[in-house]
Amino acid sequence: MTSINYAQLLQLALPQVIVVATALIVMAVDLLPLRRSATRVRFAVAATLGSLGCAVAILRIILAPAQANILDSTLIANPLTHLVQIALLALTIFTLLISADSDFTEHIGEFVLLILVATAGMMFLVGTQDLLVIFISLELLSLSLYILAAFNKRSAQSWEAALKYFLFGGMSAAFLLFGFSLLYGLSNSTSLAVIAATLHGPSLNPLLVIAIVTTAIGLGFKIAAAPFHFWAPDVYLGAPAPSAAFIASSSKVASFFIFFQVMALGFVGVEGTASLPHVVRGWIPVLALMAALSMLLGNLVAIRQTSLRRLLAYSAIAHAGYMLLAIVAHTQQSLAALIYYVITYALTTLGAFAVIAIVEEQRGSDHLSNFDGLSRQAPVLSFSLAIFILSLAGIPPLAGFFGKFYLFVTVIKSTPNPASLLWLVVLAIAMSAVSLYYYLRVLKHVYVAPPSEHAAKIHTPLLTQIVVLVLAAAVIILGCAPNLILKSILAAIQSSGL
Amino acid sequence: MLAWTIYISFLGAAALLLLPRGSTASARILALLTAIAGFAIALAAFVHNRTGEMQTITRVPWIPSLGIEYHLAADGISLTLVLLTGIIAITGILFSWDIEERTKDFFAFYLLLIGAVYGVFLSYDLFLLFVFYEIVIIPKYFLIATWGSTRREYGAMKLAIYSFVGSAMVLIGLIAAYVTAGSKTTSLDTLAHFPFSHHFQMLAFPLVFVGFAILAGLWPFHTWAPTGHVAAPTAASMLLAGVVMKLGAYGCLRVAMVLFPAGLGPWSFHVLGLGSWRDVFAILAVIGIIYGASVALVQKDFKFVIGYSSVSHMGFILLGLMTLNQIGLSGAVMQMVSHGLLAGLLFAVVGRMVYARTHTREFYLLGRMNLNRAIPFAAVAFVLAGMAAMGLPGFSGFVAELMILIGTWHAYPLLAIFVGLGIILGVVYIWRAMQKAFFSESRTESPASHHEPLPPISLPERIGAIILIAASVLVGIYPQMLLNVIMPALNSPLFEGLRKGSWQ
Repeated sequence: MTSINYAQLLQLALPQVIVVATALIVMAVDLLPLRRSATRVRFAVAATLGSLGCAVAILRIILAPAQANILDSTLIANPLTHLVQIALLALTIFTLLISADSDFTEHIGEFVLLILVATAGMMFLVGTQDLLVIFISLELLSLSLYILAAFNKRSAQSWEAALKYFLFGGMSAAFLLFGFSLLYGLSNSTSLAVIAATLHGPSLNPLLVIAIVTTAIGLGFKIAAAPFHFWAPDVYLGAPAPSAAFIASSSKVASFFIFFQVMALGFVGVEGTASLPHVVRGWIPVLALMAALSMLLGNLVAIRQTSLRRLLAYSAIAHAGYMLLAIVAHTQQSLAALIYYVITYALTTLGAFAVIAIVEEQRGSDHLSNFDGLSRQAPVLSFSLAIFILSLAGIPPLAGFFGKFYLFVTVIKSTPNPASLLWLVVLAIAMSAVSLYYYLRVLKHVYVAPPSEHAAKIHTPLLTQIVVLVLAAAVIILGCAPNLILKSILAAIQSSGL
Repeated sequence: MLAWTIYISFLGAAALLLLPRGSTASARILALLTAIAGFAIALAAFVHNRTGEMQTITRVPWIPSLGIEYHLAADGISLTLVLLTGIIAITGILFSWDIEERTKDFFAFYLLLIGAVYGVFLSYDLFLLFVFYEIVIIPKYFLIATWGSTRREYGAMKLAIYSFVGSAMVLIGLIAAYVTAGSKTTSLDTLAHFPFSHHFQMLAFPLVFVGFAILAGLWPFHTWAPTGHVAAPTAASMLLAGVVMKLGAYGCLRVAMVLFPAGLGPWSFHVLGLGSWRDVFAILAVIGIIYGASVALVQKDFKFVIGYSSVSHMGFILLGLMTLNQIGLSGAVMQMVSHGLLAGLLFAVVGRMVYARTHTREFYLLGRMNLNRAIPFAAVAFVLAGMAAMGLPGFSGFVAELMILIGTWHAYPLLAIFVGLGIILGVVYIWRAMQKAFFSESRTESPASHHEPLPPISLPERIGAIILIAASVLVGIYPQMLLNVIMPALNSPLFEGLRKGSWQ
């Protein structure tokens, strides 16, 4: 084992350190000088400080891109991790900005602190290939998210959501840890590369099967894939809008990335295949099954929803199903497709939640009927919402369409025989045809239905309006010119040699 | 230059959204000017390209890592259809001059739809074509759901879901073709010359063909068409029947048949006397012709007659495609133009001239109103459009149906009899509708029905009707104008695979 160079360690982790330091500064500023100020001012200051901290961390990553691999991949820095970390930080900035106008809590310092700490957790999560660090950073992320979900102390729904999230989360963490300990027992190492080297062999012993299944359960919970999705509708519905947006966007990006890494790097040689009707045991059939279930369940249940948040939750389950296909394919290109998909998806969901937050605040709830005639009262907001929803539905030329197209292409391309994963892609495309129905229903309320008589005029805070417009513009631009980020994603993957 | 038909429509739509609230008159004029500009560009390009060969308009790399290009090109077939789109766009706006509610939203969606339709006809890259093809779905939904009439939300959703299912099938086929060909390019030209295996083509052809044909109203996937047409506001039904259904037929010809020509070849076995996908689709097309015409014959609602007549006429197009001979294929393209003009006119008469004034489309109510005396212009327009749709000489319908009939005679002599039957049924249902709606000598004339004279036919409506009739007559008298560019296009290298396969 190599000796540890603490200076290098610190230097590598500097972006994370910056984020955590910002969190402490925000907390201190909020508690000391601003204690008696109005909520609005405190939130504005905290969000600005937090965003600045994230911006500094981004700058640090861009200006001093270190390449390193410390202690058998315990801490990794390469263009790919940098890219994902930058995306996570940018998403955090957007989350902070859309929360700046809300008033669901007085504990503003704590709220921003938790978001930043969760972000730091995610940054560690994507920058490692070691089971132990993966687990610890995942827990750092999850614990912060449980509290964030419960943050609206005035709402019983928020409590319920958090409790559910916590109970399911605790259980899935136990599964994950169980799987990880089996892996350690089998290979005597916590490094994914070493595990892969040890496991490599034609035989699939029962312990390994259990390890595969429990790991898939643990990580499947994080990405809300069926059948481990039970927390999602309640959390999406109950959590305060910024928390829900954060859970639905950033945490998905980090979780999908690490899911891909664990599977593609750790379980080499025990893939199996999911080509019908000759399924070979391994982790691919497990994930293929999860993907198929998620697509079916998410899309079919979403049809019946009358609350936009719950609808988005089920659509998130469906999207998790599509994205799982990229892990099933586990090629370099499918990783690129996954990263493009999950980043654009995160931007879209974030925007949708920002719009929901405004409508909810002024009309009482996120019931679909509260969106009636929105287009005539808040044209800009409605236009953005339409962009987000249509992108989720996969209508070109928005980002959601190219994401799906590229993802499906890479999945079919991943096997020598294009027909072997075709059934999954056909299912995915068929299900996205189903999804158009419920997405159009949302837009029907916004654009077609007349506004109800007693509906008050919608007032949109300027900052939120700008953020929502920026997000909508990003969805359009990334859809029309996917090459803008696709090029850097592909280059990063190439140079990281994943 | 021709690419500006697309951009100018999108720009027009964006400009409309930026107009201040309540600016109804300026919205109409802006929309009309945009449509005229689009038509003028299309006409200039049509006059310019006398050879009908494929000419690239724009070609730049779009997503280089996937080999996707932004490639617009036009040959005789696309030019003809672009020209048709321009005419329908202008007349559609003229016939929706009376829209008062949310006018600028209406025209913004309308121009978005038009721009995407131009885009489909001009795309030479499959990915690009698919992008435009899907953009069409969304404005269609909103136009019908917001400004429509009878069961509009149902009709709109049905139409959107059918279209999306169709395009999902197309997408599966396209991705499969793209990956099989080595995922280097989505250029139509390159993929058309790629030697896909026989087995692959046999599977991919029906998938992609049906995917497009759903939008072209192929029986039994036509059921969205009557409900959608009836629910839609006049301009939207004109667009739907006039150009959107043509998108489906165009996709069948340009994508499905060109990419997978071997899929049309004979199977190694026979089922119910059918020996190839070509036989299957030819039979379905003929069933569509007869079925659409027979159902149109018994409708009580005036607009449903026209809706089902569209199914019948689209059957002619699909049958023309399946003849696989030069005259049949050219006839199919001619019928696209002819049906585009005539369906537009028929829907305009029924939806705008009659329904907007009488507020009913039931024949037994219309019959009491003596419409031939109340709004004579509408009656004349309908008679002319009806004559053209029946296929009387001198109108576009005659040329197109004759060509398809001859083509069918060569390819499927037996089916030609049924096509003849379909043409006769066409005469009967148009005659019946004409007689019941306009020339019913009502004996039980109640004074109550006359208490308010119907408003006269307005100037925009007259201009719109005259444009459409004139275009149909022009095509009918001098079809060579279009055939001169369509024939060379069908002889171009792009259709080589189709010619080598089973061209007769």
